[in-house]
Amino acid sequence: MTLTAAAIPTDVASSDAALRRFLHGLPGVDQVGADARAAALGTRSIKTTAKRWAIDTAISMIDLTTLEGQDTHGKVKALCAKGVRPDPTDATCPRVAAICVYPDLVAIAKEQLGDSGVKVASVATNFPSGRAALSVKLADVRAAVADGADEIDMVIDRGAFLSGRYLEVYDEIVQVKAACGVAHLKVILETGELATYDNVRRASWLAMLAGGDFIKTSTGKVSPAATLPVTLVMLEAVRDFREATGRQIGVKPAGGIRTTKDAMRYLVMVNETAGDDWLTPDWFRIGASGLLNDLLQQRHKLTTGHYDGPDYVTID
Amino acid sequence: MSDPSGERLAVRKTYKLFIGGAFPRSESGRSYVVTDTHGNFLANAALASRKDARDAVVAARAAVKPWSKAPAYNRGQILYRVAEMLEGRRAQFVTEVLDAEGVSSSEAARLVDAAIDRWVWYAGWADKYAQALGSSNPVAGPYFDFSTPEPTGVVAVLAPQSSSLLGLVSVVAPVIVSGNAAVVVASEQQPLPAITLSEVLATSDLPAGVVNLLTGLTAEIAPWLASHLDVNAIDLTGAPLELWPELERAASDNVKRVLRPTETEAEWSADPGLRRISTFVETKTVWHPIGV
Repeated sequence: MTLTAAAIPTDVASSDAALRRFLHGLPGVDQVGADARAAALGTRSIKTTAKRWAIDTAISMIDLTTLEGQDTHGKVKALCAKGVRPDPTDATCPRVAAICVYPDLVAIAKEQLGDSGVKVASVATNFPSGRAALSVKLADVRAAVADGADEIDMVIDRGAFLSGRYLEVYDEIVQVKAACGVAHLKVILETGELATYDNVRRASWLAMLAGGDFIKTSTGKVSPAATLPVTLVMLEAVRDFREATGRQIGVKPAGGIRTTKDAMRYLVMVNETAGDDWLTPDWFRIGASGLLNDLLQQRHKLTTGHYDGPDYVTID
Repeated sequence: MSDPSGERLAVRKTYKLFIGGAFPRSESGRSYVVTDTHGNFLANAALASRKDARDAVVAARAAVKPWSKAPAYNRGQILYRVAEMLEGRRAQFVTEVLDAEGVSSSEAARLVDAAIDRWVWYAGWADKYAQALGSSNPVAGPYFDFSTPEPTGVVAVLAPQSSSLLGLVSVVAPVIVSGNAAVVVASEQQPLPAITLSEVLATSDLPAGVVNLLTGLTAEIAPWLASHLDVNAIDLTGAPLELWPELERAASDNVKRVLRPTETEAEWSADPGLRRISTFVETKTVWHPIGV
């Protein structure tokens, strides 16, 4: 699919009808084709030096996440320490991209990370359901930004999206983006609740048109979370969006990515779909918690030549 | 169905591995031909790779907790249940041992009986070995001091090459009776009795992953298990002699327990004693203050 700049009407967001006309005018996703393409890309074999590169790249793309009701200051501090030096025994191990926490823990994370280069990402807008008055959501965002969040992960109002009130979703993203100020905005589509790939494509375009800097698959609280085909559809959307507008948008699959093999499948897909412009932490992130330990174990295996065990990484 | 002439289509068997309670093909897609002592084709067996060994260790690690936490009495019951199922497959085991070891049919029957008896014998130890290996210790102070054996964790077992069933049972049962999980590399040339044993274990009440069975080249897989940091102990019984030093060196990296087979053990019919249980347990000593 290719869209030229002319294909996006200048008044696309002037009314619900105009937005619907545009989003429903996007070509449909061939579901069987997308599944097959994702499965085929997942079979690539990556070994030795390429694997080494992929592991380090994946580590540097991780948004190391803890989003539990039981999170404590201590846990966030420990996670920050791990994000800065994932492998304390090996200085060549890259740091992660960001630490992702709830808004009330942003200040703790920020203080802990200092100028290490690891960013603080905060979920906001009444994560994970997104069910609150707009004013509450905006206050949520402003509080997180005021505490020092570099990135805001907002959830869209799926209820409004699914019932076709696209302009409402659009306006909400625009206002959240304004509330973010200099902070980057990641828009969580929660694809597990969107039902079809067509909806994923529409939600991706909607989020990009409204000014999101990143589109993110899931909250991690809904199953299924990130899947390869859904990420494929989103990667195609950012590729086409850049072709049409010249603006590059990042992609972040989150939830359910637990093994090095999973992570490498995503990297292959990024390279084959969006291109290697996206193969940096600025444009592609992986939201995960357990994944880092598996990457570290695989890294040890490549360094030492023998298999590693869970006893040699931290329990988060 | 058989045709009127009585000829049947041959059912050529290609066996798979036994990992985590399932029967996957080797990740490598390789297999090798298993023959009887006269060189006649018996079956194809999976030729396990190092990645299969890695997967088996992951499965075994997951099984350690539920299995070691199961009450000793319950473990004994489950192992006895395995013996019941071994007895039910007695005829099949006799045929397989006969083919594998080239012994007479009466000798094969004797070996199978001895193997089943050996399994029952070890099953009985499940709730008794702790009394035999543990102790309460006299100490100079107001403490009640006692030592108990606890399973060490994941044990790599290189099964004996020549005793395809009795030898196998004699090395696997003592490992799991105390609550360890085992990754077993079967006899290279005679893996069929081991494969049948895995089918028995899969349909008994043994939790998935407690025993994982790999078929293939011992010399290829053993170094990966010996150096694997998530393996707690290794039994060298079936390893080629020239490989021992290398395996022991690799095992020392994370201070694995290593069991070196003794000369006399080659005679598997002899009373095994408790050595094979005691090698794969760790002694925990508790100092409990008593009122003064």
